[in-house]
Amino acid sequence: MVHLKVNGSAQAFDGDPDMPLLWYLRDILGFTGTKFGCGMALCGACTVLENGKAIRSCSTPMKQLEGREITTIEGISTHGPHAVQRAWAAVNVPQCGYCQTGQIMQAISLLSSKPHPTDADIDDEMSGNICRCGTYQRIRAAIKEAAKERA
Amino acid sequence: MITLEKASEDFAVVNVTRRSFLQGALSASAFVLCVAKAPLLAKAAGNVAPGSVSPSIDATAFHPSIFLGIQPDGTVLIVAHRTEMGNGVRTSLPRIIADELDADWSRVKVIQGDGDERYGSQDTDGSHSVREFFDTLRETGATARLMLVRAAAQQWGVPEAQCEADPVHVVSHKASNRTIGYGELAALAAKQPVPKKEELKLKSPSEWRYIGKPAPGYDVTDVCAGKPLFGMDVRVDGMLYAAIAHPPVLGGKVKSVDDSATLKLKGVKQTIPIDPFTPPHHFQPLGGVAVIADNTWSAFKGRDALKIEWDNGAHVVYNSPDYKKQLQETARQPGKVVHTIGDPDAAFSKGGKLIEAEYYAPHLAHASMEPPVAVADVQGEKVTVWSPTQNPQGVQEEVAKKLGLKKENVTCHVTFLGGGFGRKSKPDYAVEAAVLSKTTGKPVKVVWSREDDIKFDYFHSVAAMYIKAAVDDKGMPKAWLQRSVFPPISSTFDKDAVYGSDGEMSLGWNVIPFDVPNFRSENGKAVNHVRIGWLRSVANIYHAFAVQSFANELAYAANRDPYDYLLALIGSGHVIDAKQPPDVAAKYPYDTARLRHVARLAADKANWGRKKSGNGWGMGIAVHRSFLTYVASVVEVEVDQSGAVRIPNVYTAVDAGIVANPEMVRSQFEGAAVFGTSIARTGEITATNGVIDQSNFHNYPVARMNDAPVQVDVQIVESSAPPAGVGEPGVPPFVPALCNAIYAATGKRVRELPLARNGFA
Repeated sequence: MVHLKVNGSAQAFDGDPDMPLLWYLRDILGFTGTKFGCGMALCGACTVLENGKAIRSCSTPMKQLEGREITTIEGISTHGPHAVQRAWAAVNVPQCGYCQTGQIMQAISLLSSKPHPTDADIDDEMSGNICRCGTYQRIRAAIKEAAKERA
Repeated sequence: MITLEKASEDFAVVNVTRRSFLQGALSASAFVLCVAKAPLLAKAAGNVAPGSVSPSIDATAFHPSIFLGIQPDGTVLIVAHRTEMGNGVRTSLPRIIADELDADWSRVKVIQGDGDERYGSQDTDGSHSVREFFDTLRETGATARLMLVRAAAQQWGVPEAQCEADPVHVVSHKASNRTIGYGELAALAAKQPVPKKEELKLKSPSEWRYIGKPAPGYDVTDVCAGKPLFGMDVRVDGMLYAAIAHPPVLGGKVKSVDDSATLKLKGVKQTIPIDPFTPPHHFQPLGGVAVIADNTWSAFKGRDALKIEWDNGAHVVYNSPDYKKQLQETARQPGKVVHTIGDPDAAFSKGGKLIEAEYYAPHLAHASMEPPVAVADVQGEKVTVWSPTQNPQGVQEEVAKKLGLKKENVTCHVTFLGGGFGRKSKPDYAVEAAVLSKTTGKPVKVVWSREDDIKFDYFHSVAAMYIKAAVDDKGMPKAWLQRSVFPPISSTFDKDAVYGSDGEMSLGWNVIPFDVPNFRSENGKAVNHVRIGWLRSVANIYHAFAVQSFANELAYAANRDPYDYLLALIGSGHVIDAKQPPDVAAKYPYDTARLRHVARLAADKANWGRKKSGNGWGMGIAVHRSFLTYVASVVEVEVDQSGAVRIPNVYTAVDAGIVANPEMVRSQFEGAAVFGTSIARTGEITATNGVIDQSNFHNYPVARMNDAPVQVDVQIVESSAPPAGVGEPGVPPFVPALCNAIYAATGKRVRELPLARNGFA
């Protein structure tokens, strides 16, 4: 049995301990905002926060999560959209949108450690997240916008 | 399918008031208009003349087409009948209606249309959405507006001419200073006869409030909130999950399967064999063995535990290095003539300086971020499918065919697509879900892993091209011969097809936009060994790569600036015979002056010539018209000693005629440069003994933030020409512009894609 918190709620998991967090979130808890992209931690679509830091849920087995706090896109804000989500909308970042929840989670993680990231910081932090539609320049702009708003 | 361009389709507007649809989303007194493809509508309505109102229309069981409804509370409902996959159709199409309706955009609710042939084409590929429906959508909005105005005039007892829809969402009678809201008018408007087309007063472009004005995506907030919008997110009560072990080689069959280890796993329910397809493969499932489980992970794990012996079949002969040699050999021999201008043989025999080059571009996989996925629920004779599909009617057809049902018994709900790029026009994965639902008696969700997606794609075709030109003493070509060889998309539908179709030839090969008096295009034959399909901009990718690279080679051979030389090649600009169907040629003449114009815009914005190329810095330019849109790309590169390529800037100029939403056009062209970067840098799918060598993003890398262009500038030409395509045309010129830039920077010519094969990273 693995005990963890997801978006603030206590959960207990007694399934396959090798099951990646991604599938627990999506298929069992129904938090489908976290996306499946590659299953190998190569694309970042599955990014969630573990104790506030971005991780790839597709490659994090449940057995590693005892006592951890997981936050998904559904849990980042209780009062309307998060500053990063607002910035994403203001810059009209998404095209298809599938990767964007992972991008937003990664950006939140970045801004929590570097409230005023440089272009190089943004490239370093965000290059693990693939956007096949090619919205990178808008992602960069939105992160700067969010940083400004939070300042 | 790749088809020749169509100018437009015939639609009629009808009043479908009081029809029950949208599962009661509309109240009884709502005002509803729909348009349907005229012949189908006539059929559905019992041969009612298109455009006329008849009670029999209400009696027939047809589903409304592109339509708008106005609720008594003033909410305007508009159906998006085409697929949203980042192309922006859920914003652009409804705004065209909303504009002519003079609706308040903030009070519009967009509803996604299910698959239904009465919509006309829903196959969201070929960059068709706006251009094919622009007139129809405007007329729909204008029809409703006129009916609202007439309703107000009737209510007030004043002449119609004194009433107008102004400013938005209300009809005004200025003389008496009265206004009335659309919602209040809905019931009365619904009773108005549908005006004839001749009565409609479409706005002049200067009156447009939404068309041509930038707007963010209608769904942007929901997307950023992670709402369950995508096919991957569909959850149905009692749903089972399936992963399928597909034959590793196309056409392979299961010889034996040992599922004992699989069935011992927690969560696994059963395994089910899926029949191999009957050639041609078309959109049929590939066959194999499905593992049914109560969650996706268990299905994947169960699949990994299967021990299958395969009979691989005839395509084990497919080895990319050998196949490449064959294609190149074929390209060196005379092929089937596609188009001839003047007398190229005579011109070549005159001698003069001869320049020739060979180009090669490998297979590509679509690799949309959301792998193929579908949920199907078969209940007796009825099937419901939820799927991210570019082609919902294709889902209906293929599922019906496979299960031996009537097409109308298959309902296809279209979800958002996590990328499509052409892959999701092929509904094989939805058919798999339907087969498994029928076998299990439960709703089944088929989830393809990334490995499935890359190994079992409908691949963009591998292609070899040969071009030669005889140039005069100024370095201008007097004769030009070009051959391309690639396994055609038609091999997906006809197992014996070996030549490119007219459609594929029209994608940048049958003619070139240059003033060359003697010209011939040819096509050589090639046999397919994998499923071939269309991928964002299709054959334009390799054709533009070859033609625009060769033009650049000619410039250097002539010792000329590549941009000046390109303009000289295009000439002063005029309408050329592009072998378009007559109705298309009439509406969309291929005018090289427009190509010249975008070249100038892009080069000017890039400040072309501001710095001498070389020493690891350079700019490249390329132009291409595809999907009726004229595009120029100027790419700036920095290449370091190790061959690492950085792309600080891309300057794109686009003439797509009238654009519905410049914001979406901009984002499509920004994205196209990134998509092109993936193709150029690392895009390569290969096969060994018929098995695809790549499987995931580690060995099929795509552009990431740190290797994508840093800044893509997009200039949109203001135009009154009819709308053209915008989803795809940004891709073709980008790739050669990048390769030309690399040549300018390093002196190294890239004749084979990807760059990774040329010592660049």
